[in-house]
Amino acid sequence: MSPPLFLLTAHAARRRRIFSRIRGIPPQVPMSSTLSASGSRSLSAAQSTPHPRRNRDQRIAILVVLPSIIATAIFVYGFIGWTLRVSLSNWTGLMPDYSFAGLRQYIELARDPRFAIDIRNTAIFTVLFLVSCLAIGLFLAILLDQRVRGENVFRSIFLFPMAVSFIVTGVAWRWLMNSATGTRISGLNLLFHQLGLDPLINNWHLTDPPWGIAFIALPAVWQMSGFTMALYLGGLRAISDDLREAARVDGASEFQTYRYILLPLLRPITLSAVIILGHISLKIFDLIVAISQNNIALDVPAVYMWRTTFDGNNYGQGAAIGILMLLTVALLIVPYLFYSMRSQEEM
Amino acid sequence: MVRKVFLAVAILSGALLLGACAGAQPAADQVEIFSWWTGGGEAAGLEAMLGVFANDFPNVEFINSAVAGGAGTNARAVLASRLQAGDPPDSWQAHAGQEIIGTYVAANQIEPLNSLFDEEGWIDVMPETLIPLISKDGNIYSVPVNIHRANVMWTNPALLAELGVAVPTNWDEFLAACETIEAAGKICLSMGEQWTAMHLMEVVLLGQLGPDGYSALWDGTGDWGSADVTAALETYTQVLQHVNSDASGLTWQDASQLVANGDAAFNIMGDWADGYFSGTTAGGNLGLVPGEGYGWAPPPGTDGTFQFLSDSFTLAKNAPHAQGALDWLKVAGSKAGQEAFNPVKGSICARTDCDKSLFNAYLQTAMADWSTDTVVGSLTHGVTANDTWKNEINTALGLFLTNSDVAAFQAALVSAASTYGN
Amino acid sequence: MKPRRARRLTRPILYLMLVAMAIFYLLPVYVLLITGLKSFAEVDLQRMWDLPSGIHFENFVLAYDKLAPHLWNSLRLVIPAALISSMIGSLNGYVFSKWKFRYSNLIFALLLFGMFIPYQAVIIPLVQFMERLGLRGSITGLVLVHVIYGIAITTLIFRNYYAGVPTEVLEAGRMDGAGFWGLYRYLVFPLSIPAFVVVLIWQFTQAYNDFLFAVVLTGNRTWPVTVALNNLAGSQIVQWNVQMAGALMTALPTLLVYILLGRYFLRGLMAGALKG
Repeated sequence: MSPPLFLLTAHAARRRRIFSRIRGIPPQVPMSSTLSASGSRSLSAAQSTPHPRRNRDQRIAILVVLPSIIATAIFVYGFIGWTLRVSLSNWTGLMPDYSFAGLRQYIELARDPRFAIDIRNTAIFTVLFLVSCLAIGLFLAILLDQRVRGENVFRSIFLFPMAVSFIVTGVAWRWLMNSATGTRISGLNLLFHQLGLDPLINNWHLTDPPWGIAFIALPAVWQMSGFTMALYLGGLRAISDDLREAARVDGASEFQTYRYILLPLLRPITLSAVIILGHISLKIFDLIVAISQNNIALDVPAVYMWRTTFDGNNYGQGAAIGILMLLTVALLIVPYLFYSMRSQEEM
Repeated sequence: MVRKVFLAVAILSGALLLGACAGAQPAADQVEIFSWWTGGGEAAGLEAMLGVFANDFPNVEFINSAVAGGAGTNARAVLASRLQAGDPPDSWQAHAGQEIIGTYVAANQIEPLNSLFDEEGWIDVMPETLIPLISKDGNIYSVPVNIHRANVMWTNPALLAELGVAVPTNWDEFLAACETIEAAGKICLSMGEQWTAMHLMEVVLLGQLGPDGYSALWDGTGDWGSADVTAALETYTQVLQHVNSDASGLTWQDASQLVANGDAAFNIMGDWADGYFSGTTAGGNLGLVPGEGYGWAPPPGTDGTFQFLSDSFTLAKNAPHAQGALDWLKVAGSKAGQEAFNPVKGSICARTDCDKSLFNAYLQTAMADWSTDTVVGSLTHGVTANDTWKNEINTALGLFLTNSDVAAFQAALVSAASTYGN
Repeated sequence: MKPRRARRLTRPILYLMLVAMAIFYLLPVYVLLITGLKSFAEVDLQRMWDLPSGIHFENFVLAYDKLAPHLWNSLRLVIPAALISSMIGSLNGYVFSKWKFRYSNLIFALLLFGMFIPYQAVIIPLVQFMERLGLRGSITGLVLVHVIYGIAITTLIFRNYYAGVPTEVLEAGRMDGAGFWGLYRYLVFPLSIPAFVVVLIWQFTQAYNDFLFAVVLTGNRTWPVTVALNNLAGSQIVQWNVQMAGALMTALPTLLVYILLGRYFLRGLMAGALKG
């Protein structure tokens, strides 16, 4: 079936547009661009006079997203509402008990030493995880951007940890981070010993609090830094060669090109990566359980919520922890959403 | 091309839905049993008992819904979500005692089994001290299949002989023995991750407070804030100082293995460790000879007391296949079923009339003790405290392990008892 | 926070660094592999790094026996879930980037928020709701759950991707008489392949590696391979060699997807420019 006429003209127009873009500003990089991407100008705003066809299309558009809206309303907001209700209740048994308890659960959590440990651990873990992933991801992306031989192989090696589940990662790294010493030495400590690198031997995640949790960032970084690398590499590759050419012509060194031109253009990617990695780290659960089992020194909110809900049948407390986790994530995300929404309106 | 993709998606989804429909066929005679016995001796024991079940009730299909992980934490989550959604399994495995009573009975999710006990004559066959611990208001709520002993101290006889150390009978002797053992460069007491620390704590409490004092803590007549408890916690703190430094990274098997290897002198662990010490190496165990490769003794201060725990099965209220569930429970409580299960699992029968010759050297001594010792319940394994209370104690213990603050620990224990006590 | 590294890129140093990093990434895999090939007697923490004495494929055979039926469940789950959620994401992204309606930005933001909820918090109401729909215990229910919770991220990815498509192109099409579906079918969809790859890979990984939803929403005939792998462990003795062999086998499908589609994954991330 031959494509309709408009396709041919559209293609030509498209080619023209895109060509002109290459000459000038670098194009937006997908997955990394913020909500306020310029190409999201609405088709419905294109014409100034109302048109029956346009109205019909508008309606179709709304109908298309309606199922998603309804599903989200139930499965996200409905369930959050349920969790909120439970967090304000006295429920501490197997069967629901919605009797109102006010803010009691929250007040108790504020005074709870275990929850204080959770917050501390989350802060340390999140900062280390984010910074390391971004740094290592960028580092690897820059390395691979140099057109090395075997780039495909290296890229696959760096990317594949993302394919493994956090549970398997936790099990493998628990072995590696074994902290026994002396005759029972094992894991990376054993490797260090065999390689003569004894000063590197340490207690890993069993280091005295509060730094034990820092070591758990290691498997997490192992798992997700490849993804960050892919984001940055995609971004670097998407920047047109003309820019680099222009910089070289102007006498910039490789380093200066990176520092002053390329890296600043990657800022939207960093933002996206921070959002995605940030929410993973605030909700981290499988990895902690796989490595530390029930060790309170390595507790994080998601684990506390699970234990208190399903081991202790304390649903009210578990729900309160859940809501607090949600608020923390919201603190990270909502400003970003507001900012991009507002810059959208300006168009 | 677009059309083809749409078509593919449509076909796949359609096939999926059809497949889902085809799978759902409710069978008339079946029973769904829920547990966390998926590996090792437990799974083998379950298989053995299933053999008896298949023999006695060949027409009933058995559905084994076992979910592993985290000492039952995943299974409990799944069970809780199912019960709240009104879709219970027919019967499930749980620890006899407050774990069942405080959770499932309080939530009105299981049926009393007095008539079954009468029919099968179990009241006469199971120990007197056991029945009250699995009942509430005169109603019996579970069928105990096995009995494990929590207060056992495993030793390395060769090491003790070499160091000239006698098995201590009270905690002062124990601490003194530690001096000698550590001087020789060995670990005095091996311990593993946090739950084994709780296990150790309850044994120390029992040893210091005696069976009556210990039981009083749980039935509301005792005082967690008393000086006796303070002294016991102080002892516990001292004992912890003689434990291997990497404890929190070890499983209970790793800790027991330290004793078997001669790296440590003592290990306090329940008698499932016997299965690990003496079981076949092909199954992942140590294959030692009881009494020679390893030894056992009552932990200091607990001689004459049997701190027990028991795996048992319940009958769900509104079970979809109540008759099948009852059939299963009959097997679980029967002599044949328990004799099939326990030797394989490494525990002793809840019944007192099982054939002794089926069990190994250690288990036979345990069977003898079970009939004569005073029976108290284990905290760590769900007998004495309901889940919420136990979870609070666990949190308090975890914090204590990081800061060794006895006063704060005791205060937390007092608060937990008053807020969540049975 | 970018590292300030001198980019004096003499090739040997470059390759050295790449190889060093590659070793870091491969280390855990090495441990999994050699442990998976050992006999149980050889599995010893103190000899963790030693190569196995012989190749003990029976571990893999044993793990395969226990995992194979559930692997099929996983595939029945993942393929429809990935396909359906990427279609939905594409259509949603198309609407939110090209067809503004009142409050569409707000609604998009609200949809996005769904990505951030802690899933442990919603299991109880989820199970009850699925029970009421009669979908608890079936793979269809699990597919539905993954599709719904995937709406946020798939919409985000597609929306950002389509934002890079100049609206003039679509306007031109409009003037030639195309409507909502025509524009999608002939212009937008053909352009979307790179984004589809990114989304498919992401959703495949999410759905395949998920344990939480799988364990509460399926029964022992329908549970996917992640639950089966967990059950391999048991609660007493863990046979590490079989466990690790099982873990490797479980990771294989996703690994294959990454190896085969990795190039397109990257292309999807890069797309938006045409070279020359």
